[in-house]
Amino acid sequence: MQLIPCPWCGPRDDAEFHYGAEAHVARPAVPSERSDAEWEAYLYLRRNTKGPFAERWLHTNGCRRWFNVIRDTYTHEIFASYKPGEPMPDIDQLTAKKDA
Amino acid sequence: MSRQPNRLPSGGRIDRAMPLGFRFDGRSYTGYAGDTLASALLANDVHLVGRSFKYHRPRGILGLGAEEPNALIQLARGNRSEPNLRATQVELFDGLDADSQNRWPCLKYDVGAVNSALHRLFPAGFYYKTFMWPASLWMTYEEVIRNAAGLGKAPEGPDPDRYEHMHAHPDVLIVGAGPAGLAAALAAGRTGARVILADEQAEFGGSLLSDDDVFINGKSGRDWVAEVVAELASMPAVTLLPRTCVHGYFDHNYLLAAERVTDHIGAVVPNTPRQRLWKIRARQVVLATGTLERPLVFRDNDRPGVMLSTAARGYAVRYGVAAGRRPLVVTGHDDGYRTALAYAARGIQLAGIVDLRPDPSGALVDAAREKGIDILAGHSVAGTHGGHRVEGVDVAEMNADGTGLAKITRRIDCDLVAMCGGFNPTVHLFSQSRGKLRWDADMNAFVPAKVHDTTHAPQRSVGGCAGVMSVAQSIKDGIKEGLEAARATGSTARQPAAPAVEEPGIGAHRTIWVLPSDKPVGHKGKHFVDFQNDVTAADLNLAAREGYRSIEHVKRYTTTGMGTDQGKTSNVNALAIVAATLGTDIPAVGTTTFRPPYTPTTIGAYGGRNIGALFDPVRTTAVDSWHRANGAQFEHVGQWMRPWYYPKAGETMRQAVDRECLAARNAVGILDASTLGKIDVRGKDAAEFLNRVYSNAWMKLGIGKCRYGLMLNDAGFVMDDGVTTRLADDHFHMTTTTGGAAGVLGHLEEHLQTEWPDLEVYLTSVTEQWSVASICGAKCRDLLAALCDDIDLSNEAFPFMAMKEGTVAGIPARVYRISFTGELSFEINVPRRYGMALWEVLMAAGEKHGITPYGTEAMHVLRAERGFIIVGQETDGSVTPIDLGMDWIVSKQKVDFIGKRGLFRPDLMLPDRKQLVGLLTEDPSEVLPEGGQIVEDVKPAPPMTMLGHVTSSYYSVNCGRSIAMALVKGGHARKGDTLSVPLAGKTVKVTVTDPVFFDLEGSRRDG
Ligand SMILES: [Zn+2]
Repeated sequence: MQLIPCPWCGPRDDAEFHYGAEAHVARPAVPSERSDAEWEAYLYLRRNTKGPFAERWLHTNGCRRWFNVIRDTYTHEIFASYKPGEPMPDIDQLTAKKDA
Repeated sequence: MSRQPNRLPSGGRIDRAMPLGFRFDGRSYTGYAGDTLASALLANDVHLVGRSFKYHRPRGILGLGAEEPNALIQLARGNRSEPNLRATQVELFDGLDADSQNRWPCLKYDVGAVNSALHRLFPAGFYYKTFMWPASLWMTYEEVIRNAAGLGKAPEGPDPDRYEHMHAHPDVLIVGAGPAGLAAALAAGRTGARVILADEQAEFGGSLLSDDDVFINGKSGRDWVAEVVAELASMPAVTLLPRTCVHGYFDHNYLLAAERVTDHIGAVVPNTPRQRLWKIRARQVVLATGTLERPLVFRDNDRPGVMLSTAARGYAVRYGVAAGRRPLVVTGHDDGYRTALAYAARGIQLAGIVDLRPDPSGALVDAAREKGIDILAGHSVAGTHGGHRVEGVDVAEMNADGTGLAKITRRIDCDLVAMCGGFNPTVHLFSQSRGKLRWDADMNAFVPAKVHDTTHAPQRSVGGCAGVMSVAQSIKDGIKEGLEAARATGSTARQPAAPAVEEPGIGAHRTIWVLPSDKPVGHKGKHFVDFQNDVTAADLNLAAREGYRSIEHVKRYTTTGMGTDQGKTSNVNALAIVAATLGTDIPAVGTTTFRPPYTPTTIGAYGGRNIGALFDPVRTTAVDSWHRANGAQFEHVGQWMRPWYYPKAGETMRQAVDRECLAARNAVGILDASTLGKIDVRGKDAAEFLNRVYSNAWMKLGIGKCRYGLMLNDAGFVMDDGVTTRLADDHFHMTTTTGGAAGVLGHLEEHLQTEWPDLEVYLTSVTEQWSVASICGAKCRDLLAALCDDIDLSNEAFPFMAMKEGTVAGIPARVYRISFTGELSFEINVPRRYGMALWEVLMAAGEKHGITPYGTEAMHVLRAERGFIIVGQETDGSVTPIDLGMDWIVSKQKVDFIGKRGLFRPDLMLPDRKQLVGLLTEDPSEVLPEGGQIVEDVKPAPPMTMLGHVTSSYYSVNCGRSIAMALVKGGHARKGDTLSVPLAGKTVKVTVTDPVFFDLEGSRRDG
């Protein structure tokens, strides 16, 4: 039971959330210009990182808003959470600061 | 009533003024308040409490608490019956009625034939070897095992007790209320921090309750406990939770604890749950879970009367029970001497102390010598004698390195063997939290080395579980870490002074993992390692010889540590034996993973109040009570309860549905359509948004006009459908399927938030704001006209796919001319609070037209007659609009909508995709089963090449025959073909048709 920091509501129990897999996978602006392989990749191919990872979460049973979290998928350590549209923080910098 | 022959004349934390009667395996006994079932049984000289899992050997009480592997009991009767409880943890109450769990065929009588048969049955890896070969014998084995193995019995009916959940967010959670935990709680509590102190036992104090040789500030350890508990109880921010086992430690300092609220009372207490599950999110955690003693592994070390040394001491000191009248202590550790001295102090003559150390020394050894106790230094126990109770041991001097005997054995008579193989820190919770362990070669045990996540799960281990064996140091560490934990949460106070502690000094110990005997391991007796699962040193040797290297594999192969006790007494011994066989050291073999729960926890506690009607919300419409009063049969649609059909007296379901279907076309049918999902879509970009999420065009929909839409996902597959109406330029009323409403709202919100944040659109679920009565049939316009004088209902003024606002029977209403039956139809939407009033007015006014309420079954038949799909029935997540023959709803003009690019992937354009068609059976009265497989070439038996399956199938009274819809490979090109549906015992021939069966020209919708 992880404690997920919603950027609007604050830290809440993970039972309130849904997981939304890899973050920063934008829907192509002009889908018709994408090849079949590119469309398949957009639909189905997601990174399965072991370690710090930018991923989406939805505060389903709270504010119902989507946001992004930098979280270590192995240790479950959480380094940052931020609103959609905000740039992805530098993961190396975040995790390095932690180790120091 | 029995006389408790082993009860000591005085002492113990029991109330001798409160005798309690109880039954065990049908016999009556007496104990005292303060006893556990185990201490009361021992007081009554009952050592034999079970039969072993595989070999069916007599077994006695081994431990004092959670570690107990043998004394598993089934408590109470009927639907309150609970298996797998440890007699050592069950508090005695008057009228307690328990059965030993492992006793087949009978606790008292050995069955030689069974024993020897089982002997051959259960080598190491028995389960694997049996499952592998011969498979046919497994059924036979299983029957024997189920009888032999004490797995307990589940009650047959629902649990009548109530369970509750509590959520807590303490600053500091302290697990364990022994000396370290109490000290930590005191230091943290004095800062004013919000503290929870939980202990699995009824009484706080831990080891101090079982030791009479520890003095704190000049008083007995128990007096110090009482003082500390009294101070903690006076602190308003401190919550004391006795009888509460913290059994799971999850991410980010989330812990689960089960509180036994009434179990010790043995009766139902009004307005009180039986147990409470505490869900605790702690800012700081202090683990003070103590140690568990290790058994010694020697030949036939499982006879009743062989128990852990601290357990034997605890029964005497804490419960005033002599676990034996002639005890023998076997130890490589000074702590064993404390047990010998405790018995000697109670006037019980020791049979001796067998000490693995060749040259024991120190204060405790001197004290034992002074008491005249015979000390056999450098000796081993080579074997034991006895049947249902240990009667003696064979001892002999060992060689220098402890690998063999130096002298011939001699027998010592005794009725209790108290064994001390050293201590394992109770690192279960620490390890569950993913902390790293380290092998401490001095202590010969695993100790905490590194906390997993100091940022999100800050925690400290203090006292025994951190490898600290002295009370003085445990209290010092408890004070320090308890205060630091509180300070980390922002509370502070001065550090309490550490009390002066007098306790026996503990010197160096000697560990011998398997005591040498005059016979090799595996011959003429068994060296038990895991008592609960009957795993012996020979089994572990065999596993290592068969090539198992990892302890995780050895564990699964031999089942060591896999019982309900999770190997609390066996895991480290097993590791050491495997390491020795492999010729490697213990850390190289690794340690097994500790998993929650620490002790078995009843499922009822996890369920809490989330059972029965509270398991999942049941949603009902405003007209629900009318449906019930009028005999509706219901079906679940998502969380909704919907009327399925309304049988009249004596009607079958088919008769009722036929009647409803006829009335809905020829007279007036009325359907409670309130459950359809409704989403209010508003904002200046609302039309643009709909244009992106539906496959057809929305920009030019006129105000007051309705349009049917298919919603796809970006892979191109149909996910939902419904009619959306434009209420204003920037305002739409969307409907979804009943079951899909929440998913659709989520899908829309996600795209608005993450892909198109530039669109100004606001979504509001309004499903429950509206009650919807849908009326249809030849007379429905007449019915509505009689109740509505402010809407012109003519086709010209109010055409199909339009919405009008007005009043119906004086109720403000939105009336939609949309139809799911193909019949002239009005869907009357009124605010929910008017739903019942509207329904009753319609029923009364419709009487003369033969108004007939119809349920979901008739609705399904009526829409199928017209070939309308149901998402989730004709579709399954892999069906496109093209497959459904609905190309007309896919916009060619729009550059993009969700699903457009996906639809043009090559696989979705293949001609042999499964496509929606109608099926007509050769025999018009034959109704195909939904899910029936469709084939072209019928073979005498499967397998056959399957072309698809029946998605909907009904008897249609309006068509005068059965009708069906199906997904069939290349179905659109097969119209007119004859295919077959093979069923059990027969094959039904069908003709492929268009999926429209009634009113082919669609003229009835205008009445
Ligand atoms: Zn939130």
